[in-house]
Amino acid sequence: MINFQYARASDVVDAVRMIASDPSAKFIAGGTNLIDLMKGDVERPSRLIDISRLPLNNIEETTDGGVRIGALVPNSDLAWHPVIEQRYPILRNAIMAGASQQLRNMASTGGNLLQRTRCAYFYDTATPCNKREPGSGCSAIGGVNRIHAILGTSESCIATHPSDMCVALAALDAKVQVTGPSGERVLALTDFHRLPESQPEMDTNLHPDEIVTAVELPAKGFSANYSYLKIRDRLSYAFALVSIAAALELEGGTIRDARLALGGVAHKPWRDAEAESALRDQPANQNIFARAADILLRDARGYEHNTFKIELARRGIVRTLTQAAQGTPQSQSDKKIR
Amino acid sequence: MRQTSTLATEKSNQAPAKISVALNVNGQQRQLDVAPWTTLLDTLRDHLDLTGTKKGCDHGQCGACTVLVDGRRVNSCLILAVMKDGANVTTVEGLAGNDALHPLQQAFIDHDAFQCGYCTPGQICSAAGLIAEGRAKSVDDIRELMSGNICRCGAYPNIVAAIQQAMGAMSGKS
Repeated sequence: MINFQYARASDVVDAVRMIASDPSAKFIAGGTNLIDLMKGDVERPSRLIDISRLPLNNIEETTDGGVRIGALVPNSDLAWHPVIEQRYPILRNAIMAGASQQLRNMASTGGNLLQRTRCAYFYDTATPCNKREPGSGCSAIGGVNRIHAILGTSESCIATHPSDMCVALAALDAKVQVTGPSGERVLALTDFHRLPESQPEMDTNLHPDEIVTAVELPAKGFSANYSYLKIRDRLSYAFALVSIAAALELEGGTIRDARLALGGVAHKPWRDAEAESALRDQPANQNIFARAADILLRDARGYEHNTFKIELARRGIVRTLTQAAQGTPQSQSDKKIR
Repeated sequence: MRQTSTLATEKSNQAPAKISVALNVNGQQRQLDVAPWTTLLDTLRDHLDLTGTKKGCDHGQCGACTVLVDGRRVNSCLILAVMKDGANVTTVEGLAGNDALHPLQQAFIDHDAFQCGYCTPGQICSAAGLIAEGRAKSVDDIRELMSGNICRCGAYPNIVAAIQQAMGAMSGKS
């Protein structure tokens, strides 16, 4: 690993001051992704600012009926928190579908949002990558791209965002609280991550001198009709080829509200307002689900090795919506897809 | 009352100074000086001569380096020792009592839950964390919650059986 300096932030203001005064510094919390990237020379910060001891590790219910999750809450504590298990089980299931228990014990909520893509070319410093080295080119577009994006890609980058947690957060309309030198601001989770366009080096709309302090969930948790289905090359501890978070509000057999978010298919958790409105006020049946899937995937585009993802996503959406409508969410331990 | 502790030298063209870290390792208080980039794994193996914890992939993918930090299982290869100043660390060397093996160690022997043995310290520490979490209720749960520990000899069925035995032993059942 490269040489770097180490400093510990004493509070959020101190952390922001430290990052604002040193553009080559990086925050470290769980470190599960950053340390790995530093071992591979992909990230080369001159200084690490340790934020792991800041008091951002509470989960509290808010006055508007939602829940505020501190940015340093470990993924495992979040997944197994009683309020999350009871009110937001889709978030629990998405978190438990990702990584291993060791990594979930270390990884923070804010860090999960900020993890980088697992595109192999991003990790391989011997190959061009616009995300790692802007302007150098994309090795994935003409290379081995089986795991890459089918939606929202650009000529610069076809990487995917690797998080499971963020897919559920997108479906739940979560918000991200950040603090910078000029104070606090709030971004919708769906606006937090960005598409690659011509600047794939920017994963998010977080400014370089800002820190994530919390994630907020609105009151509605869809705890009766939800499912998170993750399709991957092995049954556990692998990144998604396609993952689907589906949440429905049903009245009899009619869908009153619908949320659909996909992972493994784009540079950010993918939601589509048109696909969701095609579900609203419709009967909860396979024809309606298939129509929503077709709408969501209308602009999907495959590359040499990942065209299969389009059909995989289409079938996965129908299956996940069916599981949600039946109130039989995908189990994260018994892996049979029913 | 701000306490900014800039713990490294200010000259970026020099290697930063080593940093003093206090760790309680297997019940013993240890004080040592480490570079900022020294992982907890390297600290245990190279500074404290606790070589039971193994370096497999060094990328958090194989689980051979699993130890318990403040009672929770983690990948020590992805942790900077300087960040864990004041923490309690338990490695495979710290599991057994004075005269008896830890129930997991005995169960791994009883079930022949290894072949080459390289992943075993990580498997056992991970299983200790799993049992402490109290979430595994079925064989499927054990498999899923142990998926961060790879065994390339493929001893998985025996590992699961050993963990089941230890779970019973540790909850007072046989």
